[in-house]
Amino acid sequence: MVVSSTPPGYELTEEQRLVRDTVRALADDRIAPRAAEIDRTGEFPWDVKALLAEHDLLGLGIPAEYGGVGADLLSVCLAVEQVSRVCATSGLIIAVQELASLPIVLAGTDEQRRRWLPDLAAGRQLVAFALTEPEAGSDAAAVRTRAVRDGDDYVIEGTKRFITHGSIADLVVVFAVTDPEADRHGRMSAFVVERDRPGFRVARLEHKMGIRGSPTAELVFDGVRIPAGNRLGAEGEGFAIAMRTFERSRPAIAAQAVGIAQGALEVATAYARTRRQFGRPIGDFQMVAALLADMDAATEAARQLLYRACTVIERGGPDAARWAAIAKLVAGDAAMRVTTDAVQVLGGYGYVDEYPVERMMRDAKITQLYEGTQQIQRLVVARALLGRE
Amino acid sequence: MRIVVLTKPVPDPASGQDRLGPDWRVDRAAAPAVLNGNDEYALEAALRLVEAHGGEITLLAMAPPSAPETLRKGLAMGADRAVLVTDPALAGSDIPSTVAVLAAALRDLEADLVLAGIDTSDGFAGVVPAALATTLRLPLLSNAAAIEPDPAAGRVRVRRIVQGGYDVLEAPLPALVSCTQALGAPRYPSLKGIMAARSKEIAVRSLADLGPLPRPVGGAVAETVVVAVDPPPPRGATRTVRAPAAEAAREIAEFLAARRLLP
Ligand SMILES: Cc1cc2nc3c(=O)[nH]c(=O)nc-3n(C[C@H](O)[C@H](O)[C@H](O)COP(=O)(O)OP(=O)(O)OC[C@H]3O[C@@H](n4cnc5c(N)ncnc54)[C@H](O)[C@@H]3O)c2cc1C
Repeated sequence: MVVSSTPPGYELTEEQRLVRDTVRALADDRIAPRAAEIDRTGEFPWDVKALLAEHDLLGLGIPAEYGGVGADLLSVCLAVEQVSRVCATSGLIIAVQELASLPIVLAGTDEQRRRWLPDLAAGRQLVAFALTEPEAGSDAAAVRTRAVRDGDDYVIEGTKRFITHGSIADLVVVFAVTDPEADRHGRMSAFVVERDRPGFRVARLEHKMGIRGSPTAELVFDGVRIPAGNRLGAEGEGFAIAMRTFERSRPAIAAQAVGIAQGALEVATAYARTRRQFGRPIGDFQMVAALLADMDAATEAARQLLYRACTVIERGGPDAARWAAIAKLVAGDAAMRVTTDAVQVLGGYGYVDEYPVERMMRDAKITQLYEGTQQIQRLVVARALLGRE
Repeated sequence: MRIVVLTKPVPDPASGQDRLGPDWRVDRAAAPAVLNGNDEYALEAALRLVEAHGGEITLLAMAPPSAPETLRKGLAMGADRAVLVTDPALAGSDIPSTVAVLAAALRDLEADLVLAGIDTSDGFAGVVPAALATTLRLPLLSNAAAIEPDPAAGRVRVRRIVQGGYDVLEAPLPALVSCTQALGAPRYPSLKGIMAARSKEIAVRSLADLGPLPRPVGGAVAETVVVAVDPPPPRGATRTVRAPAAEAAREIAEFLAARRLLP
């Protein structure tokens, strides 16, 4: 299990501040100069991945005994936030490595963790999380991919869609139906599939609006045979593993959103100081100043909510899913609004790629969609409120 | 090899805050503290020396009691421990006080090599390394661009930057080296380094812990006093050249040539 180092309280710890400041410096010096090109070429930034690995950022949430940093959830989010502030594609590299290693951390046996986590923690290998299918998006329990037991093996058959890093990952955590007769939440199990298994193939890559350096793949499992020892948890636990994973991974997406918003706010503020119209800086006009103030308020509110959510989730308990959903809901909406307003502050210059805010606006949109759309986050919150299943 | 790196927490130069109080002393509450930039270069040099020759690194700071947070970054970069001398009486210390205190603390640490940044971004005097070497009767190798110790022979060689090139100096250990940025840029702490820093020791010492000093120290006996501070004159109007690169370059060259600023 992930051990918390966060004492109760309302301040970041000394260590968390050091994590934040270190990653911010790294992001400003080494990643920011690459962001526009990553977006333009749409190529996965292997150099950034290597940089993140070198600084242990791909093993942040993985326990130290398996080669990771063993950082608390808030530290993971601080890192994702600071990298996403300059490049959302790069922030997502950290977030997805965390997302997809979580099922192994949460449900793997000691042997399985020893087998896979050290390479993931060191960034020698990447891992993807494959839940979504053409017919199973928001309705994650509707997965059709089958895993059929055959002696000591399982044979996996089906198609996964929209899988981040699916084309470059060494390992894929796949959710597949083991018992079609069971109820909605007991049908699925989780498996680790190594990419070199025969029958595994990347069918296509998406052409996307934002996070363009992040490959999003359709994966086909054509009779992929894996040993039963690659199953995570018991048969039928897949859905529960996915939901427990989301409790800790949705905050990382909220952190990506807060980072994007902060990046846009900084660009817009600097621009409003220097751009002159009607003989003075546009920041002198109250309508522009109010936009900036609202952007700051929305970003800070989302950030503080997220940090609070992290400490609640770290402590564990029945309220974790609700906090994760609220954090992602508020942060995703903040990012969309703040980046849209940043484009407004820059006027026509905001709409062209001379400045990064148009990219940030395109990148922000994904945070309202993946790991559950905003509507699904509301569903989670409402269920917690109304006490329904 | 036992290396001590002098590390001073200074107000963050990037914070943009006005860092002087009404008495012209540095207002340490006005801006967050960071490790002095040149000291980070010295620490990086120390880390590389230890990687090559083995040994351990102790950070030494004389600073306000809030300094552990700043020193933690140095520990996260890879230093093994830190010693912080802090005492309310030391606020407002001038250079002779600082040197007396650091010298006393250094005597306890038995270093083979003491590294210091060539100056600090708050005081800018740049004389502490030399004064400290004199006080401790250590050879001073200043303005180092390269440090090559030979621990077996008990000697160290340094390239000292001078106008138009460098001198090669050699001295017996222990010695004190003042470090320039030519030694190479400091590393970022790794995340594992940050987590490991949690359990490293920061020993806090008061004046009393240092024992009797050869002279009185602290703000009360400061001999140098800042009498006045003048802000630099406001910058004249700037001109931005917006044109395709070749055209812009020609325009800028003409501008400079007209002012006889080109050779
Ligand atoms: C770039 C990208 C990367 C992704 N990465 C991954 C990944 O790594 N792994 C993975 O497994 N998946 C990934 N996804 C998939 C993502 O999580 C899904 O796209 C998302 O969950 C929505 O599913 P859908 O696209 O099928 O939309 P649908 O479920 O078809 O939703 C369409 C619309 O209907 C709404 N809706 C659906 N059901 C309800 C309801 N009950 N109440 C109210 N509104 C509802 C939705 O909110 C949405 O507005 C990624 C997607 C993208 C675009």
